[in-house]
Amino acid sequence: MAAPAGLRRIGPATYELGTDYRPGMRVPVRVFAGEKLLGEMDDQVFVQAANVATLPGIVEASFCLPDAHWGYGFPIGGVAAMDIDSGVISPGGIGFDINCGVRLVRTNLTWREVKPRLRELMDSLAARVPAGVGSRGNVRVSRDEFCEVLESGAAWAVRNGYGTPEDLEHTESGGCFAEADPERVSERAIERGFRQIGTLGSGNHYLEVQVLRPDGVHHAELARAFDLDVPEQVVVMFHCGSRGFGHQVATDYLQTFLRAMPKQFGLPIVDRELACAPFTSGPGRDYFAAMCCAANMAFANRQVILHRIREVFSKLFRRAPEELGIRNVYDVSHNTAKIERHVVAGVERRLLVHRKGATRAFPPGHPELPAAYRSTGQPVIIGGSMETGSYLLAGVGGGGSSFFSTAHGSGRRMSRSRARKLVRGAELRDRMEKRGIVVRAASLRGLAEEAGLAYKDVDEVAEAAELAGLSRRVAYLVPVGNVKG
Amino acid sequence: MPTSYEFVDGVTSDISFVARADTLEGLFAAAADALVSATVEDPGSVRELEDRPLSLEEPDLELLMLCFLNELIYLRDAHELLLRPKELRIHREGSPRLEARLVGERFLPQRHRSETEVKAATAHGLRVATGAGGWEARVTLDI
Repeated sequence: MAAPAGLRRIGPATYELGTDYRPGMRVPVRVFAGEKLLGEMDDQVFVQAANVATLPGIVEASFCLPDAHWGYGFPIGGVAAMDIDSGVISPGGIGFDINCGVRLVRTNLTWREVKPRLRELMDSLAARVPAGVGSRGNVRVSRDEFCEVLESGAAWAVRNGYGTPEDLEHTESGGCFAEADPERVSERAIERGFRQIGTLGSGNHYLEVQVLRPDGVHHAELARAFDLDVPEQVVVMFHCGSRGFGHQVATDYLQTFLRAMPKQFGLPIVDRELACAPFTSGPGRDYFAAMCCAANMAFANRQVILHRIREVFSKLFRRAPEELGIRNVYDVSHNTAKIERHVVAGVERRLLVHRKGATRAFPPGHPELPAAYRSTGQPVIIGGSMETGSYLLAGVGGGGSSFFSTAHGSGRRMSRSRARKLVRGAELRDRMEKRGIVVRAASLRGLAEEAGLAYKDVDEVAEAAELAGLSRRVAYLVPVGNVKG
Repeated sequence: MPTSYEFVDGVTSDISFVARADTLEGLFAAAADALVSATVEDPGSVRELEDRPLSLEEPDLELLMLCFLNELIYLRDAHELLLRPKELRIHREGSPRLEARLVGERFLPQRHRSETEVKAATAHGLRVATGAGGWEARVTLDI
């Protein structure tokens, strides 16, 4: 793998490919990465980012974040902002798992208190948060109630006893995309999703118990502001999305767009993976409204899982969740398109910002941040591989160069099939156990695909995001238990 | 009719496979086998207890393959069914049309060891082509 010849360095950990790289590019490609990460990026990352740069209405640049890797249509770890009036919306720029995201939950518990009960804890978490193929949630809702979930997101869960209003304040967009319209989703999507609230799924989805070691604190003041203030503090991080519901929404609209592009929009299908619709068109607005429903399903899903975590800890440690200090630090979305205001060439514009495998990272003072984080900047979570660790970061003022977006994970550097050839799931599980990481995996093959060697170095990703001025490191969290889908 | 599939390197976060067969019908059956194999550890453990008809019509063979696999994914997720075509016929006059009888059984965690919950079949690098060696398809599944 080698970076293209035309790539030139324009700043610390920032590179640019000009519009002469490939025909039809309307804007350059901008890549945020250190030299090693750049060398590890698939060739196809640059090709895909250049293809994105050809889409109608794209503004400023097609961005690749430090964890970027080859994805479906757009690269994963990609950001593209479109003009609201002349731009397009593309399911490939959002991903099949709409609003796949990560939530970080803090507790008052220390590692010393949790260590003797870790196996019981992981067994209980695995039992209460179903994972793997065909997993069904413990929340029973009717079809009509599910439509309320699609409209209200995490607020539906809180209204029904699964959490607190404070949880919503500490969730991106308050846990609800207001533009959701359940009339724009298919019966098939509802059939796939309505029994899956409170489930993890599979693939790269996980629930991890982690510890904040004293040497893991990068910025003590921000760590305290983010409620990480206990020595050897135990936290829980989990990663999941809108489950079958979101997958079906993406499938439905991709097929609709592919049929409509040549006939209705007069857009050539250069690559099926870049299927899109003008944002102002009927199908474009319909997809946006349906995508918002899927985002809300994901917020509700993660809210219910937080409730299950509270139940499990409370039962095991025989104390109320409030007494255990189990609070939502923040919930970030990865795969979304959102209407946001950004300054471009000195002019404020309304843009549709596609983030695929990317995290919004608003700076201190941003009006959309909750009061608790107005002065700190938005908490950002970068989930690393299950063998290494994860980062908590904060949004910074310089993030405007990527429409306030930063990395979302360590990013794969190896295909799943290659990882399976190199690693055996059972051996990996045993090795992790020996290193003190308790694993509960729905599939050993799936576990092998998620081995640490399949991912880039999360330290380098977090460092590059900081060097590029997109976010700053706050804390490094070490895994001690993992429920794997 | 000889059919086969193999998982190959591709999009880093997903799974790609190449299916091959002497006939177009065999190719679709091989692709369905690949999907079941990605979903459960032992595809041979899936019994023929359920029966579903399927009819699809799409503008071309690649979209027909895409919709066929996404139909199987929908049936697994919404109805918990692991299905493969028992009988399958593809009519190629005009827009390609598929008629199939799908057979299989409900996914049971105690019987079928979970592998990966495939989210969707994607159009990424999707190819259905025929040559001297027969029919070949390349498909990427979103994981």
